[in-house]
Amino acid sequence: MELPEMKYPLSREQLLDLYYFMRLTRELDEQLVRLFRQNKVVGGLYSSIGQEATSVGTAYTLEKRDWMAPMIRNVGGLLVKGFRPRDILMQYMARSGSPTGGKDGTSHFGDLQERHVVSPISMLGDLIPVMTGVAMGGRYLGQKLVTMTWIGDGGTSTGAFHEGMNLAAAQRAPFVCVVENNQWAYSTPVARQVPLHDLAERARAYGIASYVVDGNDVVAVYQTTKEAVERARRGEGPVLVESKTMRMKGHAQHDAAVYVPPEMFDYWKARDPIARYETWLTERKVWDKKTKAEIERRIERELKQELEFAENSPLPEPEVAERGVYCEGCHTIEAHWERPIEQVQPPRASVQAAWTVSNFGGPNGASAAPEAAGKTKPATVSARAANGGTKRPARGAARPKRRR
Amino acid sequence: MAPVTMIEAIREALDEEMQRDPAVVLIGEDIGVYGGAFKATEGLLAKYGWERVIDTPISETAIIGAAVGMSYQGLRPVAEMQFIDFIACCFNQMVNFVAKSHYRWGGPVPMVVRGPCGGGVHGGPFHSQNPEMWFVHTPGLKVVCPSTAYDAKGLLKSAIRDNNPVLCLEHKFLYRRVKEELPAEDYTVPIGKLAVRRPGRDLTIATYGAMTLHVMDAAEELAKEGIEAEVLDLRTLAPLDREGIVESVRRTHKLLVVHEDVKTGGIAGEIAATVNEQAFEELDGPIQRVASLDAPVPFSPPLEERFLPQVADVTRAARELARY
Ligand SMILES: Cc1ncc(C[n+]2csc(CCOP(=O)(O)OP(=O)(O)O)c2C)c(N)n1
Ligand SMILES: [Mg+2]
Repeated sequence: MELPEMKYPLSREQLLDLYYFMRLTRELDEQLVRLFRQNKVVGGLYSSIGQEATSVGTAYTLEKRDWMAPMIRNVGGLLVKGFRPRDILMQYMARSGSPTGGKDGTSHFGDLQERHVVSPISMLGDLIPVMTGVAMGGRYLGQKLVTMTWIGDGGTSTGAFHEGMNLAAAQRAPFVCVVENNQWAYSTPVARQVPLHDLAERARAYGIASYVVDGNDVVAVYQTTKEAVERARRGEGPVLVESKTMRMKGHAQHDAAVYVPPEMFDYWKARDPIARYETWLTERKVWDKKTKAEIERRIERELKQELEFAENSPLPEPEVAERGVYCEGCHTIEAHWERPIEQVQPPRASVQAAWTVSNFGGPNGASAAPEAAGKTKPATVSARAANGGTKRPARGAARPKRRR
Repeated sequence: MAPVTMIEAIREALDEEMQRDPAVVLIGEDIGVYGGAFKATEGLLAKYGWERVIDTPISETAIIGAAVGMSYQGLRPVAEMQFIDFIACCFNQMVNFVAKSHYRWGGPVPMVVRGPCGGGVHGGPFHSQNPEMWFVHTPGLKVVCPSTAYDAKGLLKSAIRDNNPVLCLEHKFLYRRVKEELPAEDYTVPIGKLAVRRPGRDLTIATYGAMTLHVMDAAEELAKEGIEAEVLDLRTLAPLDREGIVESVRRTHKLLVVHEDVKTGGIAGEIAATVNEQAFEELDGPIQRVASLDAPVPFSPPLEERFLPQVADVTRAARELARY
């Protein structure tokens, strides 16, 4: 192996893992298209072809204790977090064995207990405050966690995105928001949505750090996102990562994407994340033809088994429609404390309930506009500036004096 | 024990639940240092600290979103809407994923959203609304509307301990107007059970929230005229205590529903349909409704008075129904 120097070194096994997940995502995508053509997919089918490096490279930075909430194009993230192709296949085919038992489709499922995955919410932007809350909750419980979600270029224009990013920033929540800039929101190009070249610049408005990364270079995606994740974990607050990539299909199967200039597809086809990574692995002698063939065979074998399993799952019984509107004791709510509970109970939790306002908000004070944050590189501003000069009382930041 | 107001009862519920369970955290606007616009959370920041009493930016969408996220961590967040009218700003959150999370993918949301609702205090169109039916219409949510200090405390405690999202609509007209002595020991009031506030044989008057006061006054007057009204305080609108309502109608054979919510699409329609389905044969008269005008809540006192149901409206309707 002749690996370049990496801030966050990846072993051969990990490098091949990245390939496996990207390739599995693509093969699964193509399998779903075949099922769609056979009329076995219920409802719409959303592809992430061309964007595999973003989902896989970002999700791969997360540890077991970390949480993520995928969106519809983040099947790669679900696979990395331990869901199986059968889960996605059964979801799309609306089968009883699917994680939601047929109550929802596509990638709309999660797992709070084991994998720490929050189900997608269709309403774009809504996951940002939710994952901020998961981060705040985890921090409160003493967990050293990071939460992550993805949002499209289009989704960054929603109110929920703004409120969520702002709350995350004000709370310095350990949260990483990956903006998956795939150039299109349905039929509308980025330039018609946002008057910015880099969506990462939105971070400046929140006084938080941001990065721009080549979203079709899985190693770069991993390195950049890992840095973002570690910063968030260290308590530096939320981080926004813009991954520049391209949606290589229509919005969904029904959409032929005739509005996309053909040359644009050509441009990005030449930068296909899987083909690029194959070259990367070969040039750096991480693998040889044999290893590649082995991985391909493994994926083929696995997908065959997964498909068989999924197709054998029946459609749900109609009565299921009536069940589960409310939790009637089917779940036990349990918080996983990783700090002594006495810390959050009086008398230890008690404080003097008063604000400290630095510089009283005067023009030369800390509430001046955040300093220019740089276009693409880490853009941090001080917590004070992010907070309009009022010291906020979250962890890691200065707090009003305690009573004792 | 000295008698306490409804707002004090709410504060006691929050305090006792926070003491009992460190998973209970509060989130909202101006709830910490200031203690909440109506002082429901006064003193709780000093006692429980910044991590458990979280002042947020003015972002209802983010408040509800973050509360859901915290609940996924096994916490039991209680989110305050400064005025319940602002819940419209996070209507999307409430109906699209708070309500559907458990059904869709088995993600329980043990959170509470509470806030002051209702008119009669000249709050005008943006600070007086009764939004209960927006949420009663959304399966997955529970909606409670206490009319006494005892119930406000007991229902809020039940709401906090419930594994489902519960919306607690606290009528601001009642915050400091109703007062009573509360038990020293821990108690809860079950969600989904109405209370018979006054037994009667001639007709049933079902109501909830601040209207319970009007209806009790009306029942008093009616009694002087020899009409004995049975007063039901619904206490919970979702799930509705249909059984309790039908049972009462089986006794009195007549039903009047009174609510401060506007008439069209109010709970009275749902109750009438239920009684029609389950006890039509029992009815000795048409089900009647007294409700607010189908209009925004107006500001000026004479306008608001006209808008809201008055005691006289209740007695008039009850008399006519009793005579039927
Ligand atoms: C709030 C909201 N409005 C509209 C939609 C319908 N919708 C679904 S996906 C989409 C385009 C999203 O574009 P983008 O955020 O760039 O994500 P991409 O599809 O490119 O991954 C739209 C308009 C939605 N899901 N949510
Ligand atoms: Mg897009």
